[in-house]
Amino acid sequence: MWFFAAGLIFLIYIAIIIYPLVRLLGESFTGQAGASFSVQYFVQFFTTPYYARALWNSLLVTVSVTMLAIVIAFPLAYFMTTIRIRGKNTLQILVLISSMSPPFIGAYSWILLLGTNGVITNFAHNVLRIQVPTIYGFPGIVLVLTLQLVPLIFMYLMGAWRTIDVSLLEASESMGVTGVRRMYKIIGPLILPTILSGGLLVFMRALADFGTPMLIGQGFQTVPVLIYNSFVSEVGTNDGLAAAISVVVIVVTLIIFLVQKYFAGRKNFSMSALQPIQPKKAHGLKNIIGHAYVYGFIALAILPTAYVVYTAFVKTKFGVFVPGFSLDSFTTAFTTSSNAIVNTLVLGITALICVVIIAVFVAYVSVRRRNALTGTLDTLTMVPYIVPGLVIGIAFLLSFNRTPLLLTGTAVIMILALVMRRLPYTIRSSSAILYQISPSVEEASISLGASHLKTFFRVTIPMMGPGVISGGILTWVAIITELSATIFLYTVHTETLSISIYTEVIRGQYGVAAALSTILTVMTVLSLFIFLRINRDKEISI
Amino acid sequence: MSVAIKIDAVVKKHGESTTIPGLSLHIQEGEFFTLLGPSGCGKTTLLRMIAGFNTIEAGTISFNDDVINNRPPKDRNIGMVFQNYAVFPQMTVAKNVGFGLANGKVPKADAARRVDKVLDSVHITQLKDRLPANMSGGQQQRIALARAIVIEPAVLLMDEPLSNLDAKLRVEMRDVIKDIQHSVGITTVYVTHDQEEAMAVSDRIAVMNNGRVQHAGTPVNIYHRPANVFVADFIGKANFLERTLESVGDRVLLALAPDYRLDVTDLVHTVPPTGKVIVSLRPECLSVSSDGVGMSSAGDGMEAKIVDSAFLGSTTHYRGELATGEHIEFVDASDIETVMRRETKARLSVAVAKLNIFDAATEQSITVGVMNDAELD
Repeated sequence: MWFFAAGLIFLIYIAIIIYPLVRLLGESFTGQAGASFSVQYFVQFFTTPYYARALWNSLLVTVSVTMLAIVIAFPLAYFMTTIRIRGKNTLQILVLISSMSPPFIGAYSWILLLGTNGVITNFAHNVLRIQVPTIYGFPGIVLVLTLQLVPLIFMYLMGAWRTIDVSLLEASESMGVTGVRRMYKIIGPLILPTILSGGLLVFMRALADFGTPMLIGQGFQTVPVLIYNSFVSEVGTNDGLAAAISVVVIVVTLIIFLVQKYFAGRKNFSMSALQPIQPKKAHGLKNIIGHAYVYGFIALAILPTAYVVYTAFVKTKFGVFVPGFSLDSFTTAFTTSSNAIVNTLVLGITALICVVIIAVFVAYVSVRRRNALTGTLDTLTMVPYIVPGLVIGIAFLLSFNRTPLLLTGTAVIMILALVMRRLPYTIRSSSAILYQISPSVEEASISLGASHLKTFFRVTIPMMGPGVISGGILTWVAIITELSATIFLYTVHTETLSISIYTEVIRGQYGVAAALSTILTVMTVLSLFIFLRINRDKEISI
Repeated sequence: MSVAIKIDAVVKKHGESTTIPGLSLHIQEGEFFTLLGPSGCGKTTLLRMIAGFNTIEAGTISFNDDVINNRPPKDRNIGMVFQNYAVFPQMTVAKNVGFGLANGKVPKADAARRVDKVLDSVHITQLKDRLPANMSGGQQQRIALARAIVIEPAVLLMDEPLSNLDAKLRVEMRDVIKDIQHSVGITTVYVTHDQEEAMAVSDRIAVMNNGRVQHAGTPVNIYHRPANVFVADFIGKANFLERTLESVGDRVLLALAPDYRLDVTDLVHTVPPTGKVIVSLRPECLSVSSDGVGMSSAGDGMEAKIVDSAFLGSTTHYRGELATGEHIEFVDASDIETVMRRETKARLSVAVAKLNIFDAATEQSITVGVMNDAELD
């Protein structure tokens, strides 16, 4: 029975993971004029300065963002865990919200604030007589992505911090090691694996992000933008080149993934704190610096979202903001984009159900019934983790564009792409839940005469339930804010909210974009509140 | 109903390594049988083979005369109690306990009556409709015990059921388990690493090490006539002295000290060719007289210098150093007047009947009276 079901999932994997990637690989090695095997696109990519430049830009952005995110997140986590900060719970919720809102909304908001005609730019120019440096290009991308991704590392660090027992700090203090030296000698090495895995996640996201450089990058081309442009360029699509660049990106992420795995695997400590570090009330300068840092960062992180919500209520004329308030943007949004809202809900919920069912099952068979087949399933699960969303989109387009697998333009292809994209994360969180449930509970059920199947449904599933639901909510938020995997796959009939926002921004319809962003933000925030409600008694961790 | 368990030359392999290299045991119907040993000795592995959660690579396990090697755990009619209780957190106490009855197709009214009865016997009737979250370890273990016995299994299997409880609860639950087992009369296999717990509850104990049964027998026999050095060391406290047996005519003499020789009579074999033996002395088998009292003379004990003492109330524990430099521990009933000070000289005499002598080469006992039910291969 398990074998049969595992086999079925295996077939699904072949269809939505293996086959598209093989198609992509095949496409990248074709040549123009129908040559069956050629490396011409790879040669073209590496020898044309224009393309090589984009790869260089991408690496520059990604490395800068990863470094900055770690450097900024570390003190944030340090202050939050060691000093008693006022309103800590609210702040943590705000951090969670800012990390969950899609980055392209942040990019668009920063354009409104610091762009050529931005509010702050104009204010500085007209009132303070200062020329604000340009937000477009490298600085803007780094700003948006860093603010977006700091919370991710921050939450990783908070999780790691909770596993450090206060006795370790006391022991080091008793031996005369305190302050910065203690930080460097004791805490640093203990949370290094966490920083590495958080760093990897940030690296992957920054490298793969498409919306931000597209909106704010202008002349500064990164690889995802390049892939997008070569696929939908005005001069005619170039599938082969887009595929070749995609393959290069996958190779880069794969290398980074393996390197991180190697280092993190060597320096992993498993700890659990009986008595975690408690925040203490700080006095004087330390207290002021701590509060200023934490509040400063969170204000900056939440500013773009808040400003977008604000502009949704501002009057517009021909897409441009004019003084005064109105609900016109919402009216327009609901009349022109109501199908996008419906699509987001319908496609999102369908994808969510598929993801959760597959994830729970794969987690169960790979944790509890380990064999060659389920081990392979578990490994295959991680494949989409290193494939950027945009590349998933291209691979799907190449794979499902002719009979009998003609899915292009259908809702099915959108759902499959969303499922493939979110599976690794949901499976990881489900496996983590299972590892925390002692197998003896299931054995108890079996020893009492229940079958494996009955045990699974009556004992395992109910015990996994709360964890799966809260993991599912985070999956849901990620699904409704997805842009890069779906940008190639949508049609007018399957357009989602995040795609609508993106296209409205491109069209310069800032009011409608703001209204749609607000709707998406409200959906996100509501979901997160349900998530927090479920996890009320626990510390937040992702 | 209750069964006898016959374990016949079973082998357990984990990949390349063999954790149980061929083990045989017979557990009687209705017996409280304990597998005792240090961690990693294979006791839990063996229990899980009986339960069906571990595969059997060779040999057979039978309930009465049915070989159950390939019978899935759910069809073995076992009740199992786990170290971490394994109570279903999402079900009330009554649901937990009734879980096995629902699977066994017992009529509802009948099931409810049996649940009530068993809850009463483990004294948790008042918790019946509550969820187990936040219950104490003792309460959770009572639920687990009730859940295991309510199905009236052929065999009750317990895997270190008390090791997560605090010391006081452990003793309390030990009595609960013993009483219930006794009143139900069910064949029970119990795993523990705690020798005191094993002695307190068991009809028979199998002391295991490295996947082999070292000694299977009653607690009394295992304590007083351990089959080998490992068992003597693992159960209780023992002093080990390496000595040589001398044959003088018909007599066999054991020189514990140059001036303290004992006639040893109850040996199973003749003296090993080399005469080299290991002598084990329980601390309470040594009686002491201090030099100050003046009754000591050569020939009625071995001389020891006190190096440490611990007053424990009813008894005082001493550590002494023999002339050979060997350390020896002994116990004396506490005296109101005196605790022997360090450096005091004392004479220790030995109750010959309580001595155990092992062949130094094989470490097996050569003393008469060992009753080892383990089938050695």
